[in-house]
Amino acid sequence: MLSGILNSLAALMPAAEAGGDLLHPPKGAMLMLAVPVLTLVGVLACTICAVARVRTKLPAWISVACLAGAFGCVLATFLGYEGPRHAVGFEWIHLQWGGETPRGGGQVPIRALHANFGLYVDTLTLLWMLFVTGLATLIALYASEYMAGDVRTAGYSRFFVAFNLFVFSMSCLVMADNLLLLYLGWEGVGLCSYLLIGYFYKKPSAVAAAKKAFIVNRIGDLGLALGIMLIFVKFGTVEYATLLADSKFQGFLAAATAGDFASIPWDIQLIPALLMIGAFGKSAQFPLYVWLPDAMEGPTPVSALIHAATMVTAGVFLIARTFWVFQVSEYALPIVAWIGAITALLAATIGMAQFDIKRIMAYSTVSQLGYMFAGLGVMTSVGAAFHVFTHAFFKALLFLACGAVMHGFAGQLDLRKLSGVQKMPGWRIVGVTMLVGCLNLAGFPLLAGFWSKDMILAQAFAEPGYSAVGWVLLLTAGLTAYYTFRVYFRVFVGPQHFEPGDEVHGHDDAHGHGDHGHAHAEPAHDGHGHGDHAGHAHGSGGGQHGFHPHPPGWAINLVLVVLAIGAFAIIPLNFIGEHAGHGGWAADMVHHSTAGPLPAGAGHAAEGHGGGHAEHGTFLGMDPHKVMYYVSGVVGIVGIGIAFVLHLAGRTEAARSRADGLLPALGPIPGWAQHKWYVDEFYDFLIRTPLWVAAHLFHLVDKLIVDGLVNLFGFIPRALGKAIRPSQSGVLHGYALAMAGGVAFLLLIVLMAAL
Amino acid sequence: MMHLLAQANPPAPMHAVTLGHYLFVSAAMFAIGLIGFVSRRNLIIMFLCTELMFQAAGIALIAFSRFHLNHTGETFVIFVLTVAAAEAAMALALVVLLFRRRESLSGEEWASMKG
Repeated sequence: MLSGILNSLAALMPAAEAGGDLLHPPKGAMLMLAVPVLTLVGVLACTICAVARVRTKLPAWISVACLAGAFGCVLATFLGYEGPRHAVGFEWIHLQWGGETPRGGGQVPIRALHANFGLYVDTLTLLWMLFVTGLATLIALYASEYMAGDVRTAGYSRFFVAFNLFVFSMSCLVMADNLLLLYLGWEGVGLCSYLLIGYFYKKPSAVAAAKKAFIVNRIGDLGLALGIMLIFVKFGTVEYATLLADSKFQGFLAAATAGDFASIPWDIQLIPALLMIGAFGKSAQFPLYVWLPDAMEGPTPVSALIHAATMVTAGVFLIARTFWVFQVSEYALPIVAWIGAITALLAATIGMAQFDIKRIMAYSTVSQLGYMFAGLGVMTSVGAAFHVFTHAFFKALLFLACGAVMHGFAGQLDLRKLSGVQKMPGWRIVGVTMLVGCLNLAGFPLLAGFWSKDMILAQAFAEPGYSAVGWVLLLTAGLTAYYTFRVYFRVFVGPQHFEPGDEVHGHDDAHGHGDHGHAHAEPAHDGHGHGDHAGHAHGSGGGQHGFHPHPPGWAINLVLVVLAIGAFAIIPLNFIGEHAGHGGWAADMVHHSTAGPLPAGAGHAAEGHGGGHAEHGTFLGMDPHKVMYYVSGVVGIVGIGIAFVLHLAGRTEAARSRADGLLPALGPIPGWAQHKWYVDEFYDFLIRTPLWVAAHLFHLVDKLIVDGLVNLFGFIPRALGKAIRPSQSGVLHGYALAMAGGVAFLLLIVLMAAL
Repeated sequence: MMHLLAQANPPAPMHAVTLGHYLFVSAAMFAIGLIGFVSRRNLIIMFLCTELMFQAAGIALIAFSRFHLNHTGETFVIFVLTVAAAEAAMALALVVLLFRRRESLSGEEWASMKG
């Protein structure tokens, strides 16, 4: 192993002496190796807690400590960042074959597969790792309180084992210096996602959701695996640096830049298509998005970390990391752009018609991921990465706020059964932070989400030929603002009312909050029509078993506040650095990585701002980079305004709002949207039903033909035995007679023959 | 067959006892034993019949032994007699045990190995 490190060090030496560039980073950034190590320590420690039957919050504190340590390492590396660095943990896979001379003459070429456990640390890696480890730390802290109900079971340790394993896998995925290690992390996060969605493994719907997530992801993973294999077959390497610096690859890239796609072989153009399928699966893009909304069956911290903020951005990361590879195909990026736009619109329309607030947030995640893909597709990897970064903050915030509501109201997530939560005692922080998250998601002017979304929108109009994508995204922006504030106006403000969910048991004992013993004079009621007693401290609660909502404790509130402050704190980042106003810090981070513009010589700027395009699209005749701020701001505010009119103004009860009056005018469309446009049913019909029928047919063949043949061979001796069994009388004389008769008979034959 | 019988001996006097006589006795004894074994039901009688068949074979062996002037057959018969003595003791003991079980000596009582 040591020699391997020395070898790779020697291989890197020339580059190191030359000062190093993007593709030949010098060695260093050893601190980043501490991230996977620390998270693995977390996994081991929590496993020991599980084995030793620790029934305290110890696993949570271990996890928070390990993840905070990992975040500290990333932060230290970021602050001391001087340029791309390469850190080799150990020699992982070193295979070599070929070289022998066959009898026919000639020589089999020597081929080798090298994949180290090596980290490639550039600004893109750091951008991702900063929010992955930072959010993981905060959400682990949040989970320490959120999962407290399970602290007396083995589940608490199990949760944190999977949680740490997830961060380990994610760090492998993001920091890998080769596609094989990325694939390891890719599968690792998929596994952890499966384990955590199925955390409540006694609940059939959670198990089904876990299986669905795993299987749908498998379809995408197949694409990624094939893509990696094709890269290896074509270029003989899986390492980014070797691949991107490969002279053959540079040749293709130059041809693509010159617009000469016909000279690039089809199998090279197939590579981005295969990688894309992997990205669509992991990042929940149409048509593989169906697993993500169901993934909300997992505990809310998991939804926030894995299924909103970090793991689902892995697809965006993959495309950003291999952005140059995507440019050798004529169709790859347009497909990414259109799939992103379609997903954004589709998910937004579904989100508008849902009632489960966590599910609405899930669809908004799918929709925002669509934005990111559209951003990649229209060549603004900066916009996509910036949106990933801001989205990570406000989406984690939104999910954690929804989780706090769910936690406090015994699993209630139906926005028709909750209202005015913000005014209830102890819920102010949740309400205010939720408002911050909603404003960001809706793209309210001057907030972080506004700037990042705006970059994608502007670039969609600026890039020639993509204005249709731009219009779809603009429409989606309006819809997003509407459905986001539909949640806020229905659940957090308005008349106070609540009905607890079905998880009433146990919670009161587990938390012991102050206001027990409070007499509940309200009679049990049907939940409708009593909701307008504004001013009642507890609204007209469901009254079953004297249920009281319990407001979140310090850990949840602290995390919410930190995230809300973070969502504001990242705004100035847009206005620093060499790209101030156009992504700022995040743009600088992306520009100095492999997701940035093509290297000098290729003569093509990946960014629209670079002026590489001869033609420049417009928005209704105006420069999109200048007017889009106002347009998207207005669209966002209009969406919020519509939500205000329909869901808050004049609303007197929780279950009904003015929007209900509009539904008949829309005919069956809201029903279709509520049923998710029947996509699941369509997949069921298209894939599951034929498989089911085929399985039953094969079962019949197996039963009748295969088993039948075997059973026939078993049946013949048995029937024969049954036929001649009566000859065995059991009487001694019978046997003796038969024997004597037989001897006599044989004797007769012998004598006859002799004569 | 006559040629075979005449082969080893000088011209025999008339009415002399020849190999054929011995073999006839042996065959007759064997047939009697076989018929007795098949037709009688008494276990002791059946056992005696088997002894009869046994000794019939022994007579044939000795007759051929004498005929070929070879002592192997006689030696063999001595061994057979020894074994037969032991076997008779055991068989009679078994018969006694079987009788105790069913209070009957009939061989037909024992037919539980029916297929």
